[in-house]
Amino acid sequence: MGRKLQQQEQTSVKATQALRKAFDEMNGTGDGVRAPYNAVSEWLGTQKLEDLKQKLLEAETMFRRTGITFAVYGKEEAAERLIPFDIIPRIISGPEWRRLTAGIEQRVRALNAFMYDIYHRQEIIKAGKIPEELVVGNSAFVPEMMGVEPPLGIYSHIIGIDIVRTSENDFFVLEDNTRTPSGVSYMLENRETMMHMFPDLFARNRVAPVDDYPENLLKTLASVAPRGLEGEPTIALLTPGQYNSAYFEHSFLADQMGVELVEGHDLVVLDGSLQMKTTQGLRRIDVLYRRIDDDFLDPLVFRSDSVLGVPGLFDLYRAGRVTIVNAPGGGIADDKAIYSYIPEIIKFYTGRAPILQNVPTYNCRKPDDFKYVLEHLPELVVKEVHGSGGYGMLVGPTASKAEIEAFRAKLVANATNYIAQPTLALSTCPTLVDTGVAPRHLDLRPFVLFGDEVRLSAGGLTRVALQAGSLVVNSSQGGGTKDTWVLQD
Amino acid sequence: MLVSIGHVTRYAYATPASYSIHTLRMTPPSFEGQKVVSWRVEMPEIDRALRYRDAFGNVCHLVSIPYSHTQLAIIARGTVETQDKSGFVRGLTEVSPIRIFRRQTAKTEPDQAIADIVAGLKSEDRIDRLHELMQVIGERVEYVVGATNAHTSATEALSDGRGVCQDHAHIFISAARLMGLPARYISGYFVTGEELASEAQHAWAEAYIDGLGWLGFDPANQLCPTDRYIRLATGLDAGSAAPITGNRRGGMDEVLDVFVEVQQQSSAQQQ
Repeated sequence: MGRKLQQQEQTSVKATQALRKAFDEMNGTGDGVRAPYNAVSEWLGTQKLEDLKQKLLEAETMFRRTGITFAVYGKEEAAERLIPFDIIPRIISGPEWRRLTAGIEQRVRALNAFMYDIYHRQEIIKAGKIPEELVVGNSAFVPEMMGVEPPLGIYSHIIGIDIVRTSENDFFVLEDNTRTPSGVSYMLENRETMMHMFPDLFARNRVAPVDDYPENLLKTLASVAPRGLEGEPTIALLTPGQYNSAYFEHSFLADQMGVELVEGHDLVVLDGSLQMKTTQGLRRIDVLYRRIDDDFLDPLVFRSDSVLGVPGLFDLYRAGRVTIVNAPGGGIADDKAIYSYIPEIIKFYTGRAPILQNVPTYNCRKPDDFKYVLEHLPELVVKEVHGSGGYGMLVGPTASKAEIEAFRAKLVANATNYIAQPTLALSTCPTLVDTGVAPRHLDLRPFVLFGDEVRLSAGGLTRVALQAGSLVVNSSQGGGTKDTWVLQD
Repeated sequence: MLVSIGHVTRYAYATPASYSIHTLRMTPPSFEGQKVVSWRVEMPEIDRALRYRDAFGNVCHLVSIPYSHTQLAIIARGTVETQDKSGFVRGLTEVSPIRIFRRQTAKTEPDQAIADIVAGLKSEDRIDRLHELMQVIGERVEYVVGATNAHTSATEALSDGRGVCQDHAHIFISAARLMGLPARYISGYFVTGEELASEAQHAWAEAYIDGLGWLGFDPANQLCPTDRYIRLATGLDAGSAAPITGNRRGGMDEVLDVFVEVQQQSSAQQQ
């Protein structure tokens, strides 16, 4: 009993230390309000806590009305719930955003060049820049993709890059979500809600719009239609169905773009093309924006028990008869074991140094790294190589001794399954909590589209850890979101 | 050797299938030591098939049957001229860098028993080691039809000690990859003889040896392929080299019947 209390105290002391060290988006390191936040800070100073809380309730009512909910895995009730929303925006200045934009664009181009290379001649392996085993032996590598020629040579057209900030000038990329990143619907809904509730704030700040995302997504999808196609391509969005946690987003995006939302059983492969069953008969699909995982895409090639995909779809893709967005096999580029090679990958394909930094990463498959990790668990964040959504990870500084020891056992049993990184003091932003307005840690997921050009939404989705001191921002772990502003100068 | 091949696959279903789709890897390649003289694949809707080449260099046909059916026959037949190249394979169209054949799959993932086989090899010369491996696998796994199925893995077959050519090939590939060599699975046909157990539909393995190229090994028959072997498809394992992969809607209780006839033409004429 006494011991448990002591642990909790230690945890909270550590958490407080992390918070005290953290750079605050509004207040910097305590030398006054940072320029981008001037207007919002002033506004916040004039608000009563009760009024803000009332506004938050109103916002939640709006979200419920739109139907924007999120199913959480691993909870017994599997309840659909709202992702908590915070009404104090996260603000990025024009110059900051320009730098991020350059870094993101560089990254997206390099990652796609990497994918093209490893699914063709594998020059980067021949050059000795990345170990063969890490690519060819990787479970995220899809050998069936070898030699496929995707339109414009692009594999990951839709990428969500998770970025954190640790000081005025330090931004780090945590991971590149090159498979099927989700969350863009929250970016759009957050903005709509904020504009509805606080029109004055938008009158006093020049905030770059984000509502062009669906149009840009549609343009991007159309630009990667199969070669030699005559006329306008027909586009559809493939969802696993209404029980998927992101189903709201699937239907929302299909609706916004004006394309069909389909499930596997709505599609059929006939005469060398993908056909959609409609009330007026069959209609050919040229570009399929799929929101189901590779494994389920095509039972002829991947999991033979899949009923979510379409038999024959992969063969059509291979033959250039339909474009799958994102391409199968893109997971190789956001594999956590590949991650530590990304700076090398950027240099190899662009000839330039990375604009955005990676977090230093220990690969537990390397004996020296593994030894270091075991000796420094209380300081590190340890993640599963193929994990996502904040599941199965250890945040050393906020974990109890018992949690650390339990995790150590998992690590020793399966070292190659893990990577570790130093715990970063993620920046904070004032956030409305029960007791008032308090700093909470956050990250940023900008949404990038890559087709005939790179199209980047201004800002992205800011995720915020609502527990004091917590560094886990994932919505599956109780994180919330904020509207993200890029100021136009 | 001039070889004529007839390969008939018949499916029958207790209830109608409303739709079925099939990927065929049933077009043998021409390369050094194998010349396809004539070849034809017959099945409903084949004229509308999508033809393409897969990641392992196989020419594939994707065939959809969009109407109700309770049976289906896929027939491949033709004539192929072969020469004995002592198991060496040259002149094939390759799509992927050779290193991808170092990748283990669920069917070839090795266990301690396979590692022990590799550790126990006594030969020093790299080719002798592969011959020894072929011999050990033949001794350890008895050729028994029906002891395994299409989903049996290398480790399962080795532990059971019984299997068919597919299992022998998987164990060989698993061990060769464990030795660091690229290795691959070949499905094809075999001109049977009284002295050998194999059936006409056959499978074997190839390992890549630096400086020499791909070399075939048939652990089921303890032979390097000769002019009695007709290559059909290549893959990482039996799954990606399967002559037919299919999926259907409806069509309960499938009954499958495969008939393969491989005959040496010239010797038949000489007799």
